[in-house]
Amino acid sequence: MSDSVPLTTDQPGQVASATPPVPGRSRRLSDRGLAVAFISPALLLLLAMSVFPLLWALYLSFTDYSATRGGPANFIGFGNYTAILTSAQVHTRALTTLIYVVGAVGLQTVLGFGIAYLISRRTHGRGVLTTLFLVPMMLSPVVVGLFWRFMLDAQFGVVNSMLGSLGVGQVEWLTRQRTALISLIVVDTWQWTPFIMLIALAGLTAVPKYLYEAASIDRASEWFRFRTITLPLVWPLLLIAVLFRAIEAFRLFDLVYILTNGGPGVSTETLSFHIYKVAFLGFNTGTASAYGILMVLVVIVLTQLYLRYLNKLKEG
Amino acid sequence: MAVSVDEAVSTGPARDHTPPARRLGGRGRSVLEIALLTLLAVVMLFPVLWMIETSIKENRDVYAIPAKFFDFTVTLEHYKDVFVAPGGGRSALSVAFLNSVVVAGVSTLLATVLGVPAAWAYSRFAVKAKKDQLFFILSTRFMPPVVVVVPIFLMYRQVGLIDSKLGLILIYAAFNVPFTIWMMKGFVDEVPAEYEDAAMLDGYTRLQAFRLFTLPLLVPGIAATAVFALIFSWNEFVFATFLTSSDDVRTAPPAIAGLIGGTTTDWGLVAAASVVFALPVLVFAYLVRKHLIAGVTLGAVRR
Repeated sequence: MSDSVPLTTDQPGQVASATPPVPGRSRRLSDRGLAVAFISPALLLLLAMSVFPLLWALYLSFTDYSATRGGPANFIGFGNYTAILTSAQVHTRALTTLIYVVGAVGLQTVLGFGIAYLISRRTHGRGVLTTLFLVPMMLSPVVVGLFWRFMLDAQFGVVNSMLGSLGVGQVEWLTRQRTALISLIVVDTWQWTPFIMLIALAGLTAVPKYLYEAASIDRASEWFRFRTITLPLVWPLLLIAVLFRAIEAFRLFDLVYILTNGGPGVSTETLSFHIYKVAFLGFNTGTASAYGILMVLVVIVLTQLYLRYLNKLKEG
Repeated sequence: MAVSVDEAVSTGPARDHTPPARRLGGRGRSVLEIALLTLLAVVMLFPVLWMIETSIKENRDVYAIPAKFFDFTVTLEHYKDVFVAPGGGRSALSVAFLNSVVVAGVSTLLATVLGVPAAWAYSRFAVKAKKDQLFFILSTRFMPPVVVVVPIFLMYRQVGLIDSKLGLILIYAAFNVPFTIWMMKGFVDEVPAEYEDAAMLDGYTRLQAFRLFTLPLLVPGIAATAVFALIFSWNEFVFATFLTSSDDVRTAPPAIAGLIGGTTTDWGLVAAASVVFALPVLVFAYLVRKHLIAGVTLGAVRR
């Protein structure tokens, strides 16, 4: 697509005065051709880079293929799937992931909505406040993971240093089974609370003012107004944000990889991280593929839910 | 009596859209809310400030126990280390930054070139099963990277794209195309189709009408969309770390993560590299702040 064309035609009038070219062939036909020509390159790229790999993974999931051992891939039916679904290891990872997703997304929702509510009540400095709060969200998970790892260091980390000056003892944030998962939740919450806040704020500022005015004329209590006006109007949008975050949290990998590397032990191994270990450290490509396909199924269900709500929101 | 006072109090502030406070006094509550907001802002921003502070501290201050908040010696040594290798010449990190610029730039360009026309076509034409196609496109974006990376790795190994910039560019483009299409479709929808119809009455073809009339109006939207695609590619870690290994291909995220591999970690350097890495993102994000909601929801939510 030539990029230089729009530069010469800033004003439509200028173009209209130029001699109009001769009308082309049948308009209907060229419309269809144009649509195909414009859409298919993008779809081809998606087919090659997203669909084909997934189909390959689907094929591999029924074999005992190993990327390092090489050799032929033997068809073993649903062997990989039954092995995964009955594995106690995988159940532990699923539980860890569930705790992580529910904990992190729950905290983000409460905090994000709280901050958005507080900001929406301010008349001055909204823009500055919003911008400041959004900074963590724009950072790369690598930067976030590394930096929190430094801050949560048991010896020279600033968090323990501050706790120490408050008279609280040292906490081994990342090296104890129970605290490591909490740390992961805290860091994710730190990064993604702004996301919920941003969307909640959009919902809150869209609530028509006259509703509040009417309610205050009726002398409705604050809580009543919140419950009957604010929440019902913001809820659909908030739900979208929550679902979106849930999908993202479910497939999270990089933060775990950098912050705790799954440890100590397996206490912070999420499903994503476990797939990585099976595929890249255990070299059981077939098993990892089956595992991946199962995760994709969950993601597809969640995405369908997300898109359905999105559709409802757009039409409503 | 009580009624009239109450009404006088509550209708007043409602007009300048501060919801009226309860009887215990709006002032006190307002102060409390501002204090709470300030506290939250400090908590949210402290890690960022601490990162900047660490990046300009001398090493002995970085590891000081208890942590030094104000009385430290300022040094730009770590920033020098980010760009200059110990023996002089370019550092591995600076090469990684350059790679990131190339990979993020080219993949964004590719995603834009493929995505914008597709978005226009989806917006203007009656495509078969349009809604299903669009939903399918967006759902490819939600695939867990760790799952996709295994077959991509095998595929790239077959065709020799492992450890190459082109390989990264292709996968990033594929990840950004769904976003570009969804985001741009919103922008195209905002441009009335009548402009093109009018142009076609004047004898232009559909393609000319798009190029000469619609495309110029889309430029701000294209710019915003491209900036988001740029940020996504720039920040991406999973594909970068599994599909590349050599120093002259590796992008910045795995390179920065690689700084903590050894027994001792130079946290000052990590902090400086992180600041250099994050700064362009923050600047870009600020530029597109108007479209932030659409951007972070992959173009799905528009307000």
